[in-house]
Amino acid sequence: MSARTRELFALIPASLLVTAGFLAIFLSQESLKGVGGQDELRDVSLTYGAIFLGLCFGAHLVIRFRLKHADPYLFPLVAVLACFGLVMIYRIDDELARQQAQWFVIGLGMFAATIIGLPDYRVLERYRYLIALAGIVLLVLPRAFPPTNGAYLSVRLGSLSVQPAEFAKLAIVIFLASYLRDTRQVLVLGARRFLFVTLPPLKHFGPVLVIWGAAMVLLFFIQDLGSSVMFYGGFLAILYVATSRLSFPVIGLALFAAGSYLLYQVRPTIESRVAAWRDPFDPELYERVGGSYQLAQSLFAQADGGVLGQGFGQSVLELQGGKPVLPAPQTDFIYAVIVNELGLAGGLALLLVYLLVVQRGFKVAMLARDSFSKLLAAGLTSVFALQVFVIVGGVTKLIPLTGVTLPFVSYGGSSVMANFILLALLLLVSDRARREA
Amino acid sequence: MNQPITRLFVVVMVLFAGLAGATSWWTVVRADELNTQMTSQNKRELLRGLKIRRGIIRDADGGVIARSVRGQEGVYSRRYPKGELFGHPVGYSRAELNLGQSGLEAFRNEPLSGRKNSIATFFDQLTGARREGEDVRTSLDADAQRQAAELIAKAGKSGSAVAMDPRTGAVQVMVSTPGYDPGAVRSSKALAALNSDEARKPLVNRALQFGEAPGSTMKVVTATAAVDSGKYRVDSSVNGTNNVPISGVPLSNDFNESFGQVDLVTAMAKSVNTVWAQIAEDLGKQTMRKYMRRFGFEKKPELDYPEDAMSASGEYRNGRLLPATSRFVDVGRMGIGQDKLSVTAMQMAQVAAAVANGGTLMKPHITERITDREGRTTEEIEPQVQSEVMSQDAAAQVRTMMEAVVERGTGTAAQIDGIRVAGKTGTAETQIGKKINDVWFIAFAPSRDPRVAIAVNVQDVPGFGGEIAAPIARDVMETLLRKGRG
Repeated sequence: MSARTRELFALIPASLLVTAGFLAIFLSQESLKGVGGQDELRDVSLTYGAIFLGLCFGAHLVIRFRLKHADPYLFPLVAVLACFGLVMIYRIDDELARQQAQWFVIGLGMFAATIIGLPDYRVLERYRYLIALAGIVLLVLPRAFPPTNGAYLSVRLGSLSVQPAEFAKLAIVIFLASYLRDTRQVLVLGARRFLFVTLPPLKHFGPVLVIWGAAMVLLFFIQDLGSSVMFYGGFLAILYVATSRLSFPVIGLALFAAGSYLLYQVRPTIESRVAAWRDPFDPELYERVGGSYQLAQSLFAQADGGVLGQGFGQSVLELQGGKPVLPAPQTDFIYAVIVNELGLAGGLALLLVYLLVVQRGFKVAMLARDSFSKLLAAGLTSVFALQVFVIVGGVTKLIPLTGVTLPFVSYGGSSVMANFILLALLLLVSDRARREA
Repeated sequence: MNQPITRLFVVVMVLFAGLAGATSWWTVVRADELNTQMTSQNKRELLRGLKIRRGIIRDADGGVIARSVRGQEGVYSRRYPKGELFGHPVGYSRAELNLGQSGLEAFRNEPLSGRKNSIATFFDQLTGARREGEDVRTSLDADAQRQAAELIAKAGKSGSAVAMDPRTGAVQVMVSTPGYDPGAVRSSKALAALNSDEARKPLVNRALQFGEAPGSTMKVVTATAAVDSGKYRVDSSVNGTNNVPISGVPLSNDFNESFGQVDLVTAMAKSVNTVWAQIAEDLGKQTMRKYMRRFGFEKKPELDYPEDAMSASGEYRNGRLLPATSRFVDVGRMGIGQDKLSVTAMQMAQVAAAVANGGTLMKPHITERITDREGRTTEEIEPQVQSEVMSQDAAAQVRTMMEAVVERGTGTAAQIDGIRVAGKTGTAETQIGKKINDVWFIAFAPSRDPRVAIAVNVQDVPGFGGEIAAPIARDVMETLLRKGRG
């Protein structure tokens, strides 16, 4: 069986999952309301399943014709994530699910456009400084707009809210991969040992410090630990892959920790987030505006889920009178809702799918022949994994909470589009690597 | 460059293991705590509970104390057809109005609201079963309860009574006057009004909270310590003259009567203060405290009732519980129920019950059993021993003393035709010199085969325990015995 045929068959479970998920939600909503209309509802669930299958099939055809040798598992895994997210969002708000379905259409469009428009992604290297500049502009742009929850993350365009950081992460990874491909040799060769620590030459380590500084500035201006951790973590990952020197990321982490600590002393938003993280059930912090209410409710939702969850459509999202219990259930806190309804089992299953995506991503990096491709694939995969870690770690109180989306699952156009482009890039690298093999 | 990628993947796996661990921590390890103990912040269980038919609470005859009626949007609301009668032991459940729960409604919330473990819930989902609340059958007797409430209300403005089966600890009567109608707790305003009624304090369950000085009923505890420790016997002779110095201050008997040398039976029957105070001094604080603790003093009752709505009986100083061995305690006066004692009716009913049951104190309980909708018993409350207070021989000696109280002593008003009753009166002056007392009677019957033990307390009345509380105890015991309770 060819790679593409395997991919095609692997898509079937994904669309079955959509159909089954919608059916489960309809059944539970129906039994809650106790009214009829089930034929119509079942039709809708089949329609969603069919449309989803159609979309996936379309994307599959693009891959089949353009990237014959690409990894056959990445796309079906992402399809599983996307349909899982769509079902959850539908359960939260059916209007949002319709919009999210539209975002998927657009996202897949960009996915196809990337694959068709960039037959040789290595041309990106040529524009690396332009891309870096674009990335920085995208990151700083939200600063010009009013903050949400104390962090500068979104740009309003009419009724649309765009989150440039989602796109910036691609730009920065592309830049770093290309930059470090050139400098990796000097960084390693010029290194000296000092007090048992391998120190790179200052001249070449300069740009590294610049990026550290940029991450600190980001943290200071955007006031969002989540995206800083993502960018900086992605950077350290690429740096480590490029140099094979453990001391580099270790020094980098130390610098980041020191910088964050200093900022923590200065910036009240960061300090209050850390306080809310330390003790979310503290009555005073719980009541405070911008306090620990969200985190506490997220943990309550997960506790309510238990091992096997309350079942699709069973989590309590609104108080009587329509006041939301858990804010932003369709974006930042979707993982809490998933655990609430599908329990620890559902949460672990979702994490496993992410881990499989990451595994495939690193596999692509290992198979890649040239340094740029390796660094690009490893960087994109690392940023993807870190994004999952930052948001899931945030809602489970493993790390302080910051708002980033759960890739492919959370509602949000920017996130869907950016991650589909990320997927397209990974598949492009994969196709080239396997073609040459 | 592939080795760092492998290592990077290991790092990601470690990070994800952290995520899995954190999720497990909240969904498994701390789930119970978050779901059930943080109700002021976590409303999930309450909100979900609103759409589940809450179980019925019934009295010992099967009469409905509380049930739920389905209203708008499938939200149930609670009805209390017996009104004020069981307001104190059963409490209210007003989750639909965000007013919380109290009493047995709060303590038995889990079965009443149908909360089961997650595996059963999952299985129910597969089989399509809906969650339903389970019913709670109590041992409370509506007739005796009503009678006790009416008699106490007639005798004074406030008071309390607890009756239980001494062999099992099943609580048959729990009255606190003034009471309140849980059905009237319909708004936060109504609840606030009840809460702020400082004059009547209708929400305070006096049977379990903020005790009163027990007066001479405490002599039963002293007598237990005296005979079970082996220092005294029922026929020991003690000096019962008036004005014996206790802790350096002369103590007088009622009406300043001087008794000379008396045995313990007479000393109990006539409630001779000087005898029991001297015995308590002789036994010492250590021994007194040992027996008090065996009876359940100095800790909250082991009752199926919310802990924060119960208080421990014992010596109090500046609102804080004091161990009976404290240097602030006048052990002689404590032995006759004076000093700084604050004791609840529940505690004194347990004192009577321990003597009645041959020295073995049973754990009190209001719940008899929990049944599902089909009437199958899902949980039976088995009688459990709370403590071994005294030997059978000591219990028999104390019983002999208490029988004398009702036969020929201060408690003759508690006599029941054809049934031997053992009891003890208590009268504590609350406003010195004004003859306003806090009166008590504790008893059990039939004294040689006890099926009911009781404590009755009426506050701020001009009179004695033997006159006011004893007849109430008698009537309530008679009702319970006639109905064949226990």
